[in-house]
Amino acid sequence: MEMEAAKLIGAGLAAIGAGMAAIGVGNVFGSFLESALRNPGAADGQQGRLFIGFAAAELLGLLAFVVAMILIFVA
Amino acid sequence: MAAEQAKVDPMHQFTIEPLAGSGGWELAGYNIAFTNSALWMLITTVVLFLFVLGGMKRELVPGRWQMTVETFTGFIDNMLEANIGKAGRKYVPYVFSLFMFILFANILGLLPLGVIGLHPFTFTSHFTVTGVLAIISFSIVLLVGFWKHGLHFFSLFVPHGTPLPMIPIIAPIEFISFMVRPFSLGLRLFVAMMAGHVLLEVLSSFVIDGTNAGALWGSVVGLPSFILMVGICALELLVAGIQAYVFALLTSLYINDAENLH
Repeated sequence: MEMEAAKLIGAGLAAIGAGMAAIGVGNVFGSFLESALRNPGAADGQQGRLFIGFAAAELLGLLAFVVAMILIFVA
Repeated sequence: MAAEQAKVDPMHQFTIEPLAGSGGWELAGYNIAFTNSALWMLITTVVLFLFVLGGMKRELVPGRWQMTVETFTGFIDNMLEANIGKAGRKYVPYVFSLFMFILFANILGLLPLGVIGLHPFTFTSHFTVTGVLAIISFSIVLLVGFWKHGLHFFSLFVPHGTPLPMIPIIAPIEFISFMVRPFSLGLRLFVAMMAGHVLLEVLSSFVIDGTNAGALWGSVVGLPSFILMVGICALELLVAGIQAYVFALLTSLYINDAENLH
């Protein structure tokens, strides 16, 4: 396989990681909302943790984006 | 973009270029050209300064402006108090500056100034800038940790109640996760901003190329892309706020580790 083609296929495959991060971020907010509706009184106190979870899940998707960018523009 | 140019280059917006013939400026062998990145940092600083200055009148009954500024300071104050405790008060100036600087930079970079011919430049979409901000946060963590706890700070790598046989495994993992922090902190902001701007540029190229290809493609591709672009712009405003918040939040959590250990 040609090098250029392999790079582009690899960059496309990295988009799977972005999709996975979408599942993760959706899971974070979904679970938060689910439990926030059960106990609205405790919800506001957990917002910091919500965003920590969001940041952790999102970072992995962003790493997939970085991999794609490196494959296209750097490697 | 001219019609004859077949492809819109989505990465062109991130080019750093020296302004007004400052490309040759040197200091001790290093190029210190005044770039568009530096210009937008300056603009951000000035706008932020004026914004906070407007709320510094210390009226007993605050006006709208003072109310806005105090909402922001109160927000950061609450965040630090919730995460660090009473000792968190002394970090309010740093975390507030950090949060507002990133927030203003993100939002100023999104302004549609291209309509009147100016080109806003989001300097937070460069790893050099976000990396330095992350390193500043990380240095504060290290300085506070070693200042306050001395060599006892290394107990951060051994969480409470770790069984003795587990220590050789846990300690390296904790150490790596600690050392990765500045990297992930800077990377998150940089990639989130860059990805958003690339996305907007790619969508705009759909609108431009679609409309240039005639009325049919313009209505099938151009118009939906344009509507999507408006939506993505709103999302980008949200991301600009969230990323600034996450940066400040994680900084305060890391400072909490240094201040209170585990």
